[in-house]
Amino acid sequence: MIRKLLLALVVVLLSLAAGQAASAQGNGPIQPTDDQVNAIAKKLYCPVCPNTPLDVCETKACQDWRAQIRDELASGWTEPQIIDYFVAQYGERVLAEPQRKGFTSLVWLLPVLAVALGIGVTWQVLRSWQRARAPAVSAPTDAPPLSAALLDRIERELRDLD
Amino acid sequence: MLADLGLASLFIAFLLSVYATAAGALAGARHREAWAESARNASLLTFPLLTLSVGALVYALYSLDFTLAYVADVSSQTMSPFLRVTALWGGQQGSLLFWAWLMASFVAAVLLRKWRRNRDLMPYFIATSMLTTTFFIGLVVFISNPFARLWLVPGADELTTAVFQPAQAMLYAAEDGQGLNPLLRHFGMIGHPPTTYLGFTGFVIPFSFAIAALLSGKARDEEWIRTSRSWTLVAWIFLTIGLVLGGRWAYDVLGWGGFWGWDPVENAMLMPWLTGTAFLHSVMITEKRGMLKVWSVALIILTYSLSLFGTFITRTGVIGSVHAFAKTALGPVFFAFIGLTFLGSLSLLLNNLKTLRAEHELESVLSRETAFLLQNTLFVGITFAVFWGTVFPMVSELVTGTKVTVGPPYFRAVTGPLFLALLVLMAIAPLMAWRKQSPRGLLRSLAAPLAASAVISAVWGFSHRMHPASFLALWMVSFGSSAIAFEFWKGIRARMQARGENPLKALATLLQRSHRRYGAMVIHLGVLMVAMGFVGDAYFKQETHATVSAGESVQLGGYELRFNGLRQYAGSDGRAILEASATLAQDGRLIRELRPRRDFFVAQDQPSTVPAVLSTPGEDVYVILVGWDEAAMSWATFKMYINPLINWAWAGGVIMVLGTLIAVWSFGEAEASYRLRPGLVASVVVTKE
Amino acid sequence: MSEPVVSPPADSVAAEPSKLARLGRSVAYAIVLALLGLFAFGLVQANSGPREAGLAPDFTLTGFDGRTVTLSQLRGQVVIVNFWASWCPPCREEAAYLEQTWRKYRDRGVVFIGVDWVDTDKEARAYIEEFDITYLNGPDLATRIADAYRIRGVPETFFIDKAGALQGVHIGPLQAPDLDDKIDELLALPASAP
Repeated sequence: MIRKLLLALVVVLLSLAAGQAASAQGNGPIQPTDDQVNAIAKKLYCPVCPNTPLDVCETKACQDWRAQIRDELASGWTEPQIIDYFVAQYGERVLAEPQRKGFTSLVWLLPVLAVALGIGVTWQVLRSWQRARAPAVSAPTDAPPLSAALLDRIERELRDLD
Repeated sequence: MLADLGLASLFIAFLLSVYATAAGALAGARHREAWAESARNASLLTFPLLTLSVGALVYALYSLDFTLAYVADVSSQTMSPFLRVTALWGGQQGSLLFWAWLMASFVAAVLLRKWRRNRDLMPYFIATSMLTTTFFIGLVVFISNPFARLWLVPGADELTTAVFQPAQAMLYAAEDGQGLNPLLRHFGMIGHPPTTYLGFTGFVIPFSFAIAALLSGKARDEEWIRTSRSWTLVAWIFLTIGLVLGGRWAYDVLGWGGFWGWDPVENAMLMPWLTGTAFLHSVMITEKRGMLKVWSVALIILTYSLSLFGTFITRTGVIGSVHAFAKTALGPVFFAFIGLTFLGSLSLLLNNLKTLRAEHELESVLSRETAFLLQNTLFVGITFAVFWGTVFPMVSELVTGTKVTVGPPYFRAVTGPLFLALLVLMAIAPLMAWRKQSPRGLLRSLAAPLAASAVISAVWGFSHRMHPASFLALWMVSFGSSAIAFEFWKGIRARMQARGENPLKALATLLQRSHRRYGAMVIHLGVLMVAMGFVGDAYFKQETHATVSAGESVQLGGYELRFNGLRQYAGSDGRAILEASATLAQDGRLIRELRPRRDFFVAQDQPSTVPAVLSTPGEDVYVILVGWDEAAMSWATFKMYINPLINWAWAGGVIMVLGTLIAVWSFGEAEASYRLRPGLVASVVVTKE
Repeated sequence: MSEPVVSPPADSVAAEPSKLARLGRSVAYAIVLALLGLFAFGLVQANSGPREAGLAPDFTLTGFDGRTVTLSQLRGQVVIVNFWASWCPPCREEAAYLEQTWRKYRDRGVVFIGVDWVDTDKEARAYIEEFDITYLNGPDLATRIADAYRIRGVPETFFIDKAGALQGVHIGPLQAPDLDDKIDELLALPASAP
């Protein structure tokens, strides 16, 4: 009788332990840290408040969204999945960095074009300056000899000029 | 009573400025001396009248005259007298009046100082500058009047705001005012708007001189540049200070650990600063060599238009921002004015292209002239990138109907390389000769700075985390600083050898006699320091977010922040304060107690996060309280940042001011030494060696 | 053009602007005008309020419970479209009143649609359960519906008559008996557009 009871107790204890182990595994990965949540929230903007990144915003709505990111991370979602979800839910404006496809690619493209244009313009201007240059001599060695008086004056001015 | 006087003088000032604009324009067109004199007198008189208005408003704010709607809006009994006075620029109406007053004061100062010397430019100068002043005074008088009162109109359930009494209405005096938004009660807020406005309005002076030169056919001469040179520098340094103070205020008050968020309104202030800096440099070469005239005129037109645009965005909420004032009817009027101003100046410029273009000669592509051209292009390029990123959300909405956000990742990626190129140029350009710089000579001058910077960045890279872009940025900063240091050293050594002065006296004399050159170098040094602050913020920042109970610690870097407890109490001005007590330690060694707070202003229903900061030259440890246990006060959530090199940004701002003072000091008399043709001297010096 | 053409003086600085220069000039003006147009648009946008009149923009909404509804298929009925969010305190003030009014009018040809604006799934469902809301509520994906109706915030309620035309908007929480009055007013209107 006592052995049966002991056996029952052991079985109960073992199954409890097994149940614990099972449920610990069933809980999924450990709760994501705030830093992990913020790493993703950094890439998003608050859909409601103007120009406020999601990791900084302190309103209730933003806290809900960060909680959402946390839940999704805990469920094993990857970063791209979470970001895509936010875009689908709240629109493109929730992204901090504009996408590089579609109409939005223009925001990236135009500055590149502008820089190329700037280089082109600078080059053209420099060439026009050189083309217009007078045929007069400019190399120091070709300079006409300076009179002594002029040299004196230059020396004086140089001293005063630092 | 005093308020009525203020309103009256405001109205008279408006009439006078309209007259001054018309008289000035006529005087310029018909070359009538008498009308010019009359226009000048009218303009001069505008200033004391506006001063009276401003004084009346300040007095009303100080004495809490709550019959004025504006006073009821921005002032309150819980505010200190000092804060009440600064509320002058705390709201839309007052800040517009303040702006108009500053503009009038600049114009009056110019008219007092420069009247004798620049008679031919003066009539159109008055017409242009007073046209703008008229516009702003007009805005204040007709649309956004700080002297409007609150009235109880029978039958209406809301108070009416009006300047003149509506039919059968009764005057309403509030018992207490709303008070300034708590976020604005900070020394940065005290300093940021006045300096920013001084910067924006100051640029009207060189702009008006440029327009006057174009209108009177004198654009070929550089007289307009010489005349407005010091005013440009004054406007520029104030705009710079305004930017730095704005960043400082954001850092201290807004509680997100950074100081520059690429917010549309921030960008709106950055753009005129960029073109203004380009203008500041471009006029140097225009004055000396008559080159880049079109660039110089175009740049001041851009700077001025962007200043107007900046204030337009801030005040009308066209581009959403955390910054914006409440919307009013200003929008359409402002828009029309900016449009007309920009189109008008642009067509003036385009019609005068022939006059402005002169024949240039360039000996060699490697010369200071090229450096100037490059810097203009780079600055305009950066300005375009910032502008495009700022307006793109509107473009996207117009074209595709979807709103997008253009955030810091875009701005950093696009402007970063351009800024890097600009900073390298800033280091090299002062070492380059006019007309022709021999490559060997340049390399010789650069050898020492290159070596020094290579060593410094190698050592730094060795002992710190080395993100490639940050390494490049750090190299550039050290390169620029060593180039400047070596220039100073060369100058000091030359004086020591030639005059036998000791190093300190040599330095002092350098700064005094060649104050423009060395003052500029000091400013550049300040710029490099600010750049360091940005580099630290972009690449070396660390942050963490954690919830801890009493006794537990948050770890970041080598730091440990131990949470001790929370306490609640009431502040002196009616705010409820929740304060966390925490102890900061580094590598086991106790440093200090930090007390981040969350204040709540009950009257305005406004929360405010007050960070606790430990500042050292190397970095800031920045802690904010973001969450807490409301029930039992047993746990708290902190956000902790380590912001390396940030104090270099603030120090850099101070150095820039110092450099400007050096450059401006006795700016009147040092002109003579610049009459000598530097090209000739450089070539002679090369021969002698 | 009867005046004789005067040839330019010999020492003028430059000749007539070349075609390239004129093209450049036109481009410059075109860009400036385009920018000004852009800002004019921005100004109008900033100052315009929610849609109040005209045909109500059509939309299809999938509710939290799986039901779908398309606005254009509701012709002949009065439709009340209410924008809300779980994090919005004023929305909570009107939630009970909305549900109560829905129950009163649901068999009289009135449809209530709740559009959940930039909210989280979890909180939204909790909100619906808290106020025991039975009319259809769904998330506004990518804020398309909110953008179409140009809402400025929440709560905002749009009134649509039997012909599908907008008959006004109420900004802020609704209080009794405003909604009942408005619905009675709309029910009295004929089903075809006047």
